[in-house]
Amino acid sequence: MTETPNLNYIKELSGTDIEFEKKFITIIKQEFPEELQTYCHHIEQNQWDMAAEIVHKLKHKFNILGMEQAYGVAVVYEENLRKGDTALDKDFRKILNNITKYLRTI
Amino acid sequence: MNCIIIDDELTARAIVSQLCSNIPELDVIAEFDNAIDAIKFLNQESIDVVFLDIHMPGFSGVDFVQTLKNSPKIVLTTSDTNFAIEAYEYESIVDYLVKPITLERFEKSIRKIKNSTPSNNHPLPQEEGSTTNGEDLYINIDRRLIKLKFNEIMVIEAKGDYIDIKTEKETYHVHTTLKKIKEKLPEKIFLQIHRSYIINFNKIIDIEDNSVLIGKNVIPISRSNRPELMRRLNLL
Repeated sequence: MTETPNLNYIKELSGTDIEFEKKFITIIKQEFPEELQTYCHHIEQNQWDMAAEIVHKLKHKFNILGMEQAYGVAVVYEENLRKGDTALDKDFRKILNNITKYLRTI
Repeated sequence: MNCIIIDDELTARAIVSQLCSNIPELDVIAEFDNAIDAIKFLNQESIDVVFLDIHMPGFSGVDFVQTLKNSPKIVLTTSDTNFAIEAYEYESIVDYLVKPITLERFEKSIRKIKNSTPSNNHPLPQEEGSTTNGEDLYINIDRRLIKLKFNEIMVIEAKGDYIDIKTEKETYHVHTTLKKIKEKLPEKIFLQIHRSYIINFNKIIDIEDNSVLIGKNVIPISRSNRPELMRRLNLL
């Protein structure tokens, strides 16, 4: 999956309010790595329900960053995790890495 | 209109706050990352609108809506639509916004708020033929609210931090205490006959020594609860 994150939604919301765009970037740069760490921790500890909870949060960020395919993966993965199925972990981590790289560029 | 935002995600709160900033008559008074703090705040302050994330760990948006007695108007915000149907069980819920929320959709929601009647938190009147308010109970299982009619409940048994609600067809395992559910049950129908059991008085088949038969369940009667049980029996 080579879906590229973007700030189209945030730019649309910001309009001429450049300060909001800056504020949002600061927040997502702070919140995203924390949630990524939390996800990895719960997977390592086999805490599937808690991993599903953090996937739920992360999928909202996929939406904000215009990543429709990634959002679709997260929806399925969240449900699967609640049943203890982690097969989509590899795909999900690719999405997270993709976002991590993108956040370094903005 | 004064409003507050409740969402456990900072990014989500920032977005709703930005959407609010586009509506001149809307003032964001406070933001909360959990529903409990918001309830404490609402006990002190008068607020017109709450933008509420439904999916939060621990105390969810649904729990929040159920807890408030004199609720402001509520607009739900969420990433999925799983809770939409049950959300509209409550009169205080004016709208349901699916993230990411566009400004156009948000403005529509504000118009709905303005056009809605003053809110309270009573469930909506039910359709003819179904039970009326006061004859049923909603239980929260896996973030779904399931309606149980009082007359379907046979026995409620304490199981540590949980209770088992037994009906003729099913047993529901609910995270609450016997004490809490007792407060929600009509005293006329239900009676605690043991520290671990509440029974539906109308479901008793027979009483023998220190036990009651309800369906196939033999329920013990504690010595302290026996006099009240006997007092309520229409003995020949």
